[in-house]
Amino acid sequence: MLEQAQGRASESVREKAPVTPRFALRLPVARLSDPRILAGGGFLCFLVVVAVAAPLIAPKDPLEQDLISSLLPPAGLQGADPSHLLGTDDLGRDVLSRLIYGSRTALFVAVTAATLACAIGSVLGLLAGWYRGAADVAISRLVEIWMAFPPVLLSILLVAVLGPGVHSVIAAIVIIDWTRFCRVVRAETMSQGARDYVIAAKTVGFPRLNILLREILPNVMPIIVTLLSLEMGIAVIVEAILSFVGLSVSSDVPTWGGMIAQGRQILHEGWWVFAAPLAALSATVLAFNLLGDGLQRALDPVRQR
Amino acid sequence: MTGALLSIENLSARSRGPAGVPILRNISLSLERGRIIGLIGESGAGKSTVAKAILGILPAGIAVTSGRIVFEGRDLAALNERALRRIWGEDIALVPQDPMTALNPARRIGAQLTDGLRLRRGLSSREADTRALALLEEVQIREPRRVLRAYPHQLSGGMRQRVLIASAFALEPKLIIADEPTTALDVTVQKQILRLIKSLQARHGTALLFLTHDLGVVAKICDEITLLYMGKVVAQGETSEVLGQPRHPYIRALLAASPRYDRPHSEFAPVPDSVFESMRAEILASDTRS
Amino acid sequence: MNNSLAVIRRLVQSAATLFGVGIVVFILLRVVPGDPTAMMIGPGASADDVIALRARYHLDEPLLLQFFGWLRSALSGDFGTSISLHRDVMEVLLSRLPATIELAIAALLVAVAAGVSLAVLATLYDRRATAGIINVAVGLLLAVPDFVWALAFVLLFGLLLPVLPLSGRIDPTLDIPFHTHFILIESLLTGRMTVFADIAAHMVMPVLALAIPLAAIIARVLTASLSEAMEADYVLLARIKGHSRLRLVLQEALPNAIGPTLALTGVQFTFLVGGTVIVERIFAYPGIGNLGVDAVINRDFPLIQGLVLAFGAIFIVVNLLVDLAVTALDPRLSHA
Repeated sequence: MLEQAQGRASESVREKAPVTPRFALRLPVARLSDPRILAGGGFLCFLVVVAVAAPLIAPKDPLEQDLISSLLPPAGLQGADPSHLLGTDDLGRDVLSRLIYGSRTALFVAVTAATLACAIGSVLGLLAGWYRGAADVAISRLVEIWMAFPPVLLSILLVAVLGPGVHSVIAAIVIIDWTRFCRVVRAETMSQGARDYVIAAKTVGFPRLNILLREILPNVMPIIVTLLSLEMGIAVIVEAILSFVGLSVSSDVPTWGGMIAQGRQILHEGWWVFAAPLAALSATVLAFNLLGDGLQRALDPVRQR
Repeated sequence: MTGALLSIENLSARSRGPAGVPILRNISLSLERGRIIGLIGESGAGKSTVAKAILGILPAGIAVTSGRIVFEGRDLAALNERALRRIWGEDIALVPQDPMTALNPARRIGAQLTDGLRLRRGLSSREADTRALALLEEVQIREPRRVLRAYPHQLSGGMRQRVLIASAFALEPKLIIADEPTTALDVTVQKQILRLIKSLQARHGTALLFLTHDLGVVAKICDEITLLYMGKVVAQGETSEVLGQPRHPYIRALLAASPRYDRPHSEFAPVPDSVFESMRAEILASDTRS
Repeated sequence: MNNSLAVIRRLVQSAATLFGVGIVVFILLRVVPGDPTAMMIGPGASADDVIALRARYHLDEPLLLQFFGWLRSALSGDFGTSISLHRDVMEVLLSRLPATIELAIAALLVAVAAGVSLAVLATLYDRRATAGIINVAVGLLLAVPDFVWALAFVLLFGLLLPVLPLSGRIDPTLDIPFHTHFILIESLLTGRMTVFADIAAHMVMPVLALAIPLAAIIARVLTASLSEAMEADYVLLARIKGHSRLRLVLQEALPNAIGPTLALTGVQFTFLVGGTVIVERIFAYPGIGNLGVDAVINRDFPLIQGLVLAFGAIFIVVNLLVDLAVTALDPRLSHA
């Protein structure tokens, strides 16, 4: 039986050998036209453009205070000023401009934090799931203890310890959420590792690192990409919560969370200050989730309904 | 055929879609009260499809194209699920093939047995339990009380099949369809189960449609036999006649192919391909004719 | 006998995890950049006051000694005094914990009821439009975290439909004495229905904000499990016995589908408890979650330690309960 398996393995290896080894992502391009991906991805592209071009498209300076024009309602309502499309807050600052600049913080934190958490978690997950043994035991135990902490409290704690600022927010998100990637990637790595051709490759004697990079990783990538999208949505929320509580960036940089906190105080006098960033936040999170959901369906044929 | 309990008249079915193939070809069958008909055929011959058609649970991909299934004067093929539900369990019951998957692993045996009794007969749980105990004793289960409280995974395959048989007889139906009830069991257990089914059938006077691919089983307990091949009735009649004076080459070949346990060194003669080919040709030819 | 050994092993594991949590918290708070005493002292304090304060909190001793000191007092239930509230940490925690527990349990019950009902409905009407609508709705609900729901409710009920109170736990004008801090249960058990109604009204929005994401997850996972279970042979056999579809879903499929859902619910419940931190904040609800934010802003170390350990303990207990429940519910595991 073993000789048969070995014979089969060396045959398949010989068949594969002539092909130039390349890091293939194996994305089925056809299925990427899923409406979820288009809707979510489309909105996010739009958001990226807005964030990058903020200085060009924001109608006013987000920090400019004008106490004469404070608490102006959005365009279309009585008493509105057309130069302030979404009205002004209690200090006379233009809501739309603050909203646009707020997207910068949101996206920056989302992309940076999620990517870092993904990188760390995925690497550890791959190592634990592929090499097993002592590394796996250590990493799994670490993850277990880590997950006993309430995420929100821990993030607040970390930011307080590290001092307020964007770097702390990112660090907090990375430190908390890498476990999510680690767990899933580890499980997926183990299940990929149990497949016939992988076992065959191991038996033939391919260096394990090679197998990991060339066989396992491309098949685990779809899940990683999906999780990454979802994680960005989570990161946006965490940043919003932290800036809501006042622990994120310094108060002169406009953030959606900060705007929401401020808006809550003046809810009856200026509900738009509360509603606009809430809507932006919801739309962004929804977009990330739609994108992640769509990617999951497109990249995993088994789970397609 | 007015006296019959179940009368299948020219039943044909095919798979849906443009590439549909015939699954059942003009099958007719008549089952009298209290009689046992063996519906015999190899895998894929259409036995299960006939059973599903009778019960009204044909898969979505198969449709009845013509014929009637008359049970006590009503055409079952024309009834909707609500009407069928009244007949299920009460008048027609099923003994399924695989005892391992046919019982709910999360519920106790007693609960599954007394389901119908409490639902249809309005018995209290104590009354239903008593009745269930009696049923378990009838199927010769020792320690019926323990089995009543047990979960399916705690019982052997043979015991589970007995439970399923008891469940089928619980509401005293007029017709029981037994879908290869011994196929999934050990050979040693098969004989016991067969004898059990036969004695229960005789005691309750239930009509039995017995699906099997084993001629030996048929010879032992069936009054009549209907032999299927490729969805078509190849031979039909009293067992003693069909098997005793085999006219069709398929039957002769089948009889010759059955291993004879009393003559261990006799030749094992599988059914020759020629028999299959000629049957196939004939059936396909009659397809194009009709 | 196998079972009790496994239970004991789980308990030991849980204790070890809790210990690990304690260590991490301790280390985190001791390696803080910046002088913790700076926050604890008012302006105009003399150098002697600073020295006294540092001595009182053992801040100058070697780290290991500090840890053992802390451990010894922790095991005897003494978590020190809250710097910002000037009260015993244990006493503060115990007085605020019941509020959060009531909120979390209420949210759990609502989530389970809603989630299971939605899943059963989606399975019942499997082939009709209803199931599709439910699936899409659940998908949308899933995407919105409790934080956003809480804010949305503030907007909805604060501005558009001001029928529910927006903050606090009970109307401050209702000056009723209570024996315990479980005022919702106590008012119900003692028959003070108007008080009960008032407390419940205060709980509606925070409970809903916490429950909706959990309900959506339960609905999603349970629907998938139920559809799978409905394909089983024993369901077909039960159908042939004449049972209605509702009976099939509830009696045959549900007991088999509930296992994985239960495990997931347990995990997600711990997230729900974590969510109380911000939801309580938004609704000014006096539980331990609300306490957490202030404690961190004020750098109130003893309180922070106590809080993190309290949350950690809740998590571990819930995980333990879920493990036990899952084992108990699967007859194959308990009746081997």
